[in-house]
Amino acid sequence: MFDYNKYLRLNKLPLIWCPGCGHGIVMKSILRAIDKIGLSNDEITMVSGIGCSSRLTGYVDFNTLHTTHGRALAFATGVKMVKPEMTVIVITGDGDATAIGGNHYIHAARRNIDISVILFNNNIYGMTGGQLSPTTPAGFNASTAPYGNVENSFNISGLAEAAGASFVARGTAFDALKLDKMIEKAIRKKGFSLVEAMSPCPTAFGRRNRLGNGSKMLKQLKDDSIPIAKAAKIPTEDLTDKILTGIVVDRDLPEYTENYQKLIDSLQDKSK
Amino acid sequence: MNKEKKLPIIEIKKEWCKGCDICVDYCPTDVLAMNGLYAEVVNLEACTSCGLCEVRCPDFAITVTKPDSKSKK
Repeated sequence: MFDYNKYLRLNKLPLIWCPGCGHGIVMKSILRAIDKIGLSNDEITMVSGIGCSSRLTGYVDFNTLHTTHGRALAFATGVKMVKPEMTVIVITGDGDATAIGGNHYIHAARRNIDISVILFNNNIYGMTGGQLSPTTPAGFNASTAPYGNVENSFNISGLAEAAGASFVARGTAFDALKLDKMIEKAIRKKGFSLVEAMSPCPTAFGRRNRLGNGSKMLKQLKDDSIPIAKAAKIPTEDLTDKILTGIVVDRDLPEYTENYQKLIDSLQDKSK
Repeated sequence: MNKEKKLPIIEIKKEWCKGCDICVDYCPTDVLAMNGLYAEVVNLEACTSCGLCEVRCPDFAITVTKPDSKSKK
């Protein structure tokens, strides 16, 4: 029903991701959103770091950059500063963005530079062997937490909101069609926008926690997610292990590259 | 009496299918089933061409083409 092939490097498929991994579902969502906006392949730069999610840039036929671990946002900032007319999309994972690249992440949000981040949150470092990531929920097992995680986890969307992002939303791989709309809004939005896409990892996370295969984990995502509007009526104690989905924040704030251009223009006027 | 119902076309790319079961579990009318390692169409008549299998297939392995009838979707 939808022609994905025009956005794919077909000789690179099949995808490297495990059977049941939700990343492919989110990837399709991104492609549908891009199609809806009507951007051509050359108008988009897709930048990714290291990790399962970051393999995505190898499969899509845009201008792509596969960079060092955690530094996707640093490279993307460079691309956006040189070519402000380019639509820059960053593909990153929970570990890539909030652990190794934690500082790049909060400062990109603080500057409010016009970059759209699609963050694949699978609660684990999948590619490197299932180590616990900053978003692994407390009590869950990982290869580096065989008796259960004793740390608290990050609220990734809350972090971006507090740091000053223009647009923050959270969706799940189960509700892929809703995710399309969030990604579309995020790309259209001027300023830093984040879409946190919850995605199941049956191999590194599900297997250690006996959550079943990808299909069962998708069902779990469905059961755990609550729309933000509905959650407002529920006491916060009951929401601790829930995923609040929907648009967290959508506001208009001054954008970095525009402000930078204004500064250049004003200094050039002065020197004339 | 009725004209023969036009059926959608469901293509499954075996080279890309990893047999994750997602399409089979989330098909609302049980059109698909697992055949060994790959998904397979077993009951095409029941297909309503909702496209949920295509949306949720993580491996770009399923494409659903709606029948081109003039009636409503």
